[in-house]
Amino acid sequence: MAKPAAIAGQIILYGAFAAFIGYFSTAPTYRQIADDVALIKLSMSHLGGRECRKRTPEELAKLPPNMRAPLDCPRGRSDIKLVLELDGKPLFDTVMHPTGLSRDGVSTVYKRFEVKAGTYQLAVKMNDNLVVPGFNFVKEAQVTLKPAQVLVIDFNPDKGGLFFQQAKD
Amino acid sequence: MSLHLALRGAAQTSFERSEDFLDTFFGGADNPLRHLGALGLYFLWILVATGLYLYTVLDTSIDGVYNSIGWLSREQWYLGGVLRSLHRYASDAFVLVMVLHLLREWAYGRYHGFRLYSWVTGVPLVWLVFISGIGGYWIVWDRLAQFSAIATTELLDWLPIFSEPAARNFLAPDSINDRFFTVLVFIHIGVPLMLILGLWAHVNRISRVDYLPSRRAMAAIMASLLALALVKPALSDLPANLALAPTGLRLDWFVLFLHPLTDITSPAAVWALIFGATILLFALPFLPHPAAAPIAVVDAPNCNGCSRCHADCPYEAITMAPHPDKPGHRIAVVDADNCAACGICAGSCPSSTPFRSQERLVTGIDMPQQPVDAMRQQLEARIAQLQGRTRLVVFGCARGADVAALDAPDTATLSLICTGMLPPSFVEYALRSGADGVVVTGCRDGGCDFRLGMEWTRERLARNREPHLRAIVPLDRLQLVAASRGEGIQLAAAIDEFRTRLETQSTAGTKPPAFSRRKIHHG
Repeated sequence: MAKPAAIAGQIILYGAFAAFIGYFSTAPTYRQIADDVALIKLSMSHLGGRECRKRTPEELAKLPPNMRAPLDCPRGRSDIKLVLELDGKPLFDTVMHPTGLSRDGVSTVYKRFEVKAGTYQLAVKMNDNLVVPGFNFVKEAQVTLKPAQVLVIDFNPDKGGLFFQQAKD
Repeated sequence: MSLHLALRGAAQTSFERSEDFLDTFFGGADNPLRHLGALGLYFLWILVATGLYLYTVLDTSIDGVYNSIGWLSREQWYLGGVLRSLHRYASDAFVLVMVLHLLREWAYGRYHGFRLYSWVTGVPLVWLVFISGIGGYWIVWDRLAQFSAIATTELLDWLPIFSEPAARNFLAPDSINDRFFTVLVFIHIGVPLMLILGLWAHVNRISRVDYLPSRRAMAAIMASLLALALVKPALSDLPANLALAPTGLRLDWFVLFLHPLTDITSPAAVWALIFGATILLFALPFLPHPAAAPIAVVDAPNCNGCSRCHADCPYEAITMAPHPDKPGHRIAVVDADNCAACGICAGSCPSSTPFRSQERLVTGIDMPQQPVDAMRQQLEARIAQLQGRTRLVVFGCARGADVAALDAPDTATLSLICTGMLPPSFVEYALRSGADGVVVTGCRDGGCDFRLGMEWTRERLARNREPHLRAIVPLDRLQLVAASRGEGIQLAAAIDEFRTRLETQSTAGTKPPAFSRRKIHHG
């Protein structure tokens, strides 16, 4: 091919290469959630309860002095039951299992829910010791979610158990 | 024909046509498609150089990363901003050429046999590239980084590797601290270092590695990326805010495409795809393939230890060792695992000259499937049959344009494993045995299936490389034609043109003296 034509062809092809790179490096725009949607993130990491038994004085006496713990606690932890309700309707219901081969680790959950922006009655109930019936932790509140807003449901004993976290206005 | 073979054949044809098309503008030496590996390395060096500058200005605190990178684009757009854009676009280009390189090597069937090592060591590099690329986006800590960090950890959480969900690290604005970015920068430097180490291993078994594309190609690519950096500088999105879900993201589809793919499928599907593709790539060389061709064989009495085969082997398959029978001499030793059975070594051997008088020509290193002796016999027989005004001999490559189809009463053809296995003395021998002209054809520049065959042939025939074509051979009776597989028509046209030139030009006096081999029978 004649040199000027080859150079012109190279300019066009290198230009097309740059345009291809430039376009797909930022486009097309990606929308993970619709514009009128907010997110509820349910995530917690918590050790389930366990049933400890008080040792009798006779049992304690049989143990070496350095091992006379008053309570006999099993290594394994209880499953944790968790229920999430939105406007009184169940949104999520699960039983979290302890991690670890001996089931002695934390039980965890991480779930992301997309909901239309608006005001909701949000309730989360948790039972961290299934030997005991019912829910020993309950958090219920009216929440207002703006588009793209993230509301986090977490558990922290230092914060009183279950809590909701979202950005303030 | 299996589906795999059909797919591979179609892909090979597509690559060949694309390469031939680009050759018309770039020529073989500058054709980007023919030098994808070298291009990838070039983009990597751009990434390393620009990354070093970006690292010097990076403040690894939560607000600092965003502000320090943003400062480059706003206040120092002419240097830091341009370098940042180059870093971004070079990473995208790197991913693009890496994928094309992988596809091209697969399409040409360059993944099994002696290429097994290069293929297998290349597969983990794909992981390192994406780990490095995705992590790089997090460092900016804008909304895109936030999206990618959460999407990646959510994807990782599907695997049973963390006791607590990794995505919990990005639940709320107070979930992360400054230390996170220190670790992130450490990873973003460490993984590319592993990548460079892996690349060293990847090219370890080939000689004369194409470390960089041609200067013209590098200059043109740099100009293209600079123009792109100025026209469309890489900019940060809004700062990350974990209290808000990012929307309307200007996604980098080269590096971050896994995130949308996860959204439209599922983490399980994406991991199945990732692990499935990885296993498939590792398994590909072990699928049934045609038996490997016999490797080069060294004949100790005829090897004088000159080491030309060692210098010319494209795959470092030949080493030199002490000669077992000649004290103080060396001998070529062929590594069976590395030998491509290309025959380039036979072409480089000074003992491969057909002028030797032995009835059976035994050279220092030879190919059992096409010995130099058989080449000589075939050449002599074909020349003896030639008729017509201008008798030509055409030496061709079995991987390039089909020369057998051009066989005619006035044209003798010899197809070689690779044109690189042609000892230049065969050209002289053909002319002195009765041919009026010799055509040597092989793959286009950068298209040689055995990497260096055509390059060495050019240099040998141009008398720039040993064994060289002797000065007695007039170059006007020799025509070198680059023709890929499927370019038989172009080759035929080039041969016709050469024949016409020989017939019309006054070359009668330039023909070297005739030669008739004196045959000696060894007993």
